[in-house]
Amino acid sequence: MNRYLLPGGVFLLLVIVLYIGIQRAPQKTVIPSALLGKPAPQFTLPVLGRNESFSSTSLAGRWHAINVWGTWCPECRVEHDMLLRIADSGELPLIGFNWKDDDAAALDWLAQLGNPYSVVVADRDGRAAIDWGVYGAPETFLIDDRGIVVHKHVGAMTPAVWERDFLARLPRAAALPGAVTGAVTGAVTGAVTGAVTGAVK
Amino acid sequence: MMRWVRGFLAGVVVLVLAGNALAIDPIELADPALQERYRDLTHELRCMQCQNQSIADSPVGLAGDLRREVRELLESGKTDDEIREHLRARYGDFILFRPVFNWRNAWLWVTPVILLLLGLAVAMRVIRQRARLAATDTSSPDDPVP
Repeated sequence: MNRYLLPGGVFLLLVIVLYIGIQRAPQKTVIPSALLGKPAPQFTLPVLGRNESFSSTSLAGRWHAINVWGTWCPECRVEHDMLLRIADSGELPLIGFNWKDDDAAALDWLAQLGNPYSVVVADRDGRAAIDWGVYGAPETFLIDDRGIVVHKHVGAMTPAVWERDFLARLPRAAALPGAVTGAVTGAVTGAVTGAVTGAVK
Repeated sequence: MMRWVRGFLAGVVVLVLAGNALAIDPIELADPALQERYRDLTHELRCMQCQNQSIADSPVGLAGDLRREVRELLESGKTDDEIREHLRARYGDFILFRPVFNWRNAWLWVTPVILLLLGLAVAMRVIRQRARLAATDTSSPDDPVP
């Protein structure tokens, strides 16, 4: 009996290792961001269609999502309706990061399909995108009120992903409908946040 | 005969030079030493979009941006290690074709060594056992099989 113990054990171990491998196979093409848990890279970029620039420092103190897109990106067209729905819900401000795109085409796109973004910056030569470790649009980053990158989603945004990976990570007060998109979270302390949540319930 | 040889040599020269025409990146740095480091670095950084090509070999836009980044970092006087670290901090270990040893991938490096030692131990035991058997075996190869 004992002589089957070692080969049997090795076989079982192999089964477990291969099973885990198969389970995780679909995620293999998605490369985890090196920025998770680290401060979000700062940028100052021109605002799309306007003669002014936007600095990421003005986002400090509130939760927000940064969505990397381009008119050349078919998946971005797929997720656009979802982004509009997010903008409508007012759950979180969406910052548009127009990556290596043509300004006129991008403005056209927003005029035709609707603009879900609080502000759209244009990274025409892709320099700022490198700081963010962007490798393929669409990508969506979740940044917390301390300016830390909490999550990155690669690929089209879906209701399930938004619910599970973004909304679920927000502090409860910020996720409440009607809460002024994170501004509240930045101002109040934990105790007050708890009180607000309790009161609204 | 001479004509054949000459024709053959011309063919070889054409084929060797043709390789240059395939190069994705036409830009050369002014300093030959920098150019050499640039060539080496771009060959060991992965194109994140195509994943099995280096940024030196890839025609996609992002690879071009990353080559520009490497060029600018080289020209600003950064060392090779600083440039690797600069990109690793943004894109993660995956961008390095030559991975660095860390706690997360330690098992990848260590497992083969452990397996080799395990194999050696098993082999030693089997050899010792056989040696002992041979010493106590009084039968002759000519004996009939029982």
